[in-house]
Amino acid sequence: MKANYGYMDGSGEFYITIDTDLCIECADHGCLEGCPKGMFAIITDDYDDEVAEIKGEFRKKIKYDCADCKPVADRPPLPCVEACTAGAIVHSW
Amino acid sequence: MAEKEFWRWKEYNWHDESTDWNGCDTITAGVDVGSVSSQAVIMVDGKLYAFASTRTGSDSPESAHKAMKWALEDTGMTLDDIHYKVGTGYGRVNVPFADRAITEIACHARGGNHMYGSSVRTILDMGGQDCKAIHCDERGKVTNFLMNDKCAAGTGRGMEVFADLLSVPIEDIGDLSFQVEKEPPPVSSTCVVFAKSEASGLLRKGWPKNKVIAAYCNAMAHRVVSLLERIGVEKDFAITGGIGKNMGVVKRIEGELGIEALKTNSDTQIAGALGGALFGKALLEKSRKK
Repeated sequence: MKANYGYMDGSGEFYITIDTDLCIECADHGCLEGCPKGMFAIITDDYDDEVAEIKGEFRKKIKYDCADCKPVADRPPLPCVEACTAGAIVHSW
Repeated sequence: MAEKEFWRWKEYNWHDESTDWNGCDTITAGVDVGSVSSQAVIMVDGKLYAFASTRTGSDSPESAHKAMKWALEDTGMTLDDIHYKVGTGYGRVNVPFADRAITEIACHARGGNHMYGSSVRTILDMGGQDCKAIHCDERGKVTNFLMNDKCAAGTGRGMEVFADLLSVPIEDIGDLSFQVEKEPPPVSSTCVVFAKSEASGLLRKGWPKNKVIAAYCNAMAHRVVSLLERIGVEKDFAITGGIGKNMGVVKRIEGELGIEALKTNSDTQIAGALGGALFGKALLEKSRKK
């Protein structure tokens, strides 16, 4: 399942998407260490599979927590996307 | 004299008298404690054995017990005979006897897959207080979903409000909505409170009840179709939840989408609890293999 975490404002809808089907086979769990803010957690989902999610306490402030990794110019590769060896994490913006 | 409650839908239980559950391998149950109704489903070796559908009270644990007790009635089975119990729905974390809580989105997808067959790809769950458009794969696993805004418009509760306003038993609304010469324009689909005021105005203008009902069914269909269009409708398409029994809304949704929804002889309201019982079976088998 593609789990979308994000927000909507005057300029559009912005999401971090985690493709949890890709998480199932992942043993590295690079997302846990990859995010400087520690926003990711591994949980057991409804299908008894271990998948990544954004922790509850971060879900309503993604806009602010992700801002440090997303400067307007000279944006480096996103650390969470780089750390995810399964290629399960995508940002819409 | 007690006032008649037109919104009150039929609460009932059922069990398969031809099945002997003694000595069977797996007995699992799903309990769906929704915001308006609660259902309990018992499956014996993966086959539907018993269910009950009742109104949710103010106390979720009590509603879960009530639904389960009613499903067990006259079966000779007790709660202890059930090997795995899954709680789902709005009150899933308040099912005291559940071995596991699973979201109603996952349960409706799995229940819908069992009820309508593996060809189902889009399920519209029209619940008492919310509405969800769910995409699933051939195993009934959720691939994507979208929920309605926080509003009773397009939900079972909205229909209950209209049944009371018009003094029409809720089971008759679907049939009555077709008794119009020409389809009226929909009333407000933004909000049930606005729709109710608009309907009161139309009644005062002299509109017959069936025309007002048709206008509301039209509005409800329009509301959920806009939700479905945001996520996209992949064939086959099916409707679960209580409103799935209201042909006045179902037919209008089909008309707007240009797609016919799959039909079933089962009660669409038990899809969530059925999915819970199916999850229970899978989890039980998995735990036995360990």
